[in-house]
Amino acid sequence: MAWLPILIKACYFLAAVLFILGLKRMSSPRTARGGIVWAGVGMVFAVLATFFLPDMHNLGLIIAAVVLGVSVAWWTGKRVAMTAMPQMVALYNGMGGGAAAAIGAVELIGFVRNWALLHPPGVPDTAPLRPESWAINALPPLPGVTMLTPTELGLGVLGALIGAVSFSGSMIAFAKLQGWLDKRFVFPGQRVVNMVLLAATVVVGILLVVGHASLPLIALFFALALLFGLMMTLPIGGADMPVVISLYNAFTGLAVGFEGFVLGNEAMIIAGMVVGAAGTLLTQLMAKAMNRSIGNVLFGSFGAAAGSDAHVIDGAQKPIDASDAAVMMAYAERVVIVPGYGMAVAQAQHKVWEFAQLLLKRGVKVKFAIHPVAGRMPGHMNVLLAEAGVPYDLIADMDDINPEFPATDVALVIGANDVVNPLARTDPASPIYGMPILDVGKAGQVIVIKRGKGTGFAGIENALFYADNTRMLYGDGQAAAGQLVTELKALDD
Amino acid sequence: MDGFLALYIFMLAAFTGYEIIARVPVILHTPLMSGSNFVHGIVLIGAMIALGHASTPFEITIGFIGVLLGAGNAAGGYVVTERMLEMFKSSKPGAGKGHK
Repeated sequence: MAWLPILIKACYFLAAVLFILGLKRMSSPRTARGGIVWAGVGMVFAVLATFFLPDMHNLGLIIAAVVLGVSVAWWTGKRVAMTAMPQMVALYNGMGGGAAAAIGAVELIGFVRNWALLHPPGVPDTAPLRPESWAINALPPLPGVTMLTPTELGLGVLGALIGAVSFSGSMIAFAKLQGWLDKRFVFPGQRVVNMVLLAATVVVGILLVVGHASLPLIALFFALALLFGLMMTLPIGGADMPVVISLYNAFTGLAVGFEGFVLGNEAMIIAGMVVGAAGTLLTQLMAKAMNRSIGNVLFGSFGAAAGSDAHVIDGAQKPIDASDAAVMMAYAERVVIVPGYGMAVAQAQHKVWEFAQLLLKRGVKVKFAIHPVAGRMPGHMNVLLAEAGVPYDLIADMDDINPEFPATDVALVIGANDVVNPLARTDPASPIYGMPILDVGKAGQVIVIKRGKGTGFAGIENALFYADNTRMLYGDGQAAAGQLVTELKALDD
Repeated sequence: MDGFLALYIFMLAAFTGYEIIARVPVILHTPLMSGSNFVHGIVLIGAMIALGHASTPFEITIGFIGVLLGAGNAAGGYVVTERMLEMFKSSKPGAGKGHK
């Protein structure tokens, strides 16, 4: 049976290779679809191999949990609407973090149990539960009882901490994006409270590692870590959620890598660290697009500044009706459509593309301009427009399209708000000051499709809506786009 | 596992992850985040090992929850990523079809 361990190791190796190649393929549009299949094959190999590891008990329970978890997640993943993808990523990511924390918990509890086995009551125990007293055979070995080394225990606790934070934090992010938690939870001195909470969690974690491990302390550790994830995420505004989800994605990767070390599983270490590094870089890219640092997103003054927003904008919003808007664009030479999260919520991407096609048929030059952080994740709008069938060559990045706005007749903003807010450039007091924006105000006319007069997702007034060349088309994104299509068709009759 | 060997693996894997994502176009950021979300679903096998070695009812309960969550991460991550990437099927780079 000497070949079985080798075969298992080979499966893990193959899985690691397939994960890396799969991610590599996913980073190019041509090979992206194959990439996830490669990674999926790797996962199947790794899971199957795990069943054949020596000393595996509870196989029935394992199979039951795998089948249950896979079928529920598969079913929800298949059914959910494309617009809800960001929160689904947050949800599944949180589950991964929770799983990593659970591994840490089982290892810690097992550690305490083994310790008790090695120190039966009655035997005088002078040696404290310290790293230096393990592993060096200071204690009589018991068959089947292996103690974690200090490094394993330390990384296990660290992984459990990161995983637990990622779990509760991702669940809050999910609830916020799902619309279950509308309000930001802010109170004075919040930052101090969170810092104290983090410090307490770390202190308890260190106590666990240096020899005070006990069941109550383990419970306290996880309670503190989960609470910290909760408290850290609650004050963060919805506009920052993409950065936060990406950060928790990287967190879960790290946690998985650390727990992989505890279990001596190379596939977990490699996959976890690859995701940890890739996720960290992706988080930086996103934060950079918003001209903010990650620290600023997490502990920044976003909540405080938005609350005390005393900025008053002169003038009024000027409405326009659908027929005027349709005529304006029908006889324009260049139209740039700027989609935002509102389009995603209203599921308006198909109607918008239908409208754009009608314009194209009339000879109007139409382009879609996408801000790097439009929607709630980078690339979110690209995915939705691709779903509607918009070809790549009509979609422009912010840097490419900004110089073109002065030569644009009509900019149609649909469901976007903060990414077109000129206050980001002019008002140093604005919480989004410094964030690069799409220069729609430089177009001849701006038409904004918006549900009502309220502020946007980040709760900030938008000076664009009060500009002289801006007209507001109030209504649900899909209904408004539908009206535009009808009016445009009526023009042709 | 040897600490320094693990440190080397940590470092090389981190560089690999960094390199993979450094050249990704913005359009693929969301699918790639979702894809990496699937890859850390490998936590499932760790949870399986933890449950496989658990012996008290308490440990078994936590291990069971771990496997449940890990399986959800892996399966959900796969389905969501596949659905996102499905949209890139017909649109070959170069836009041969173009718009009608």
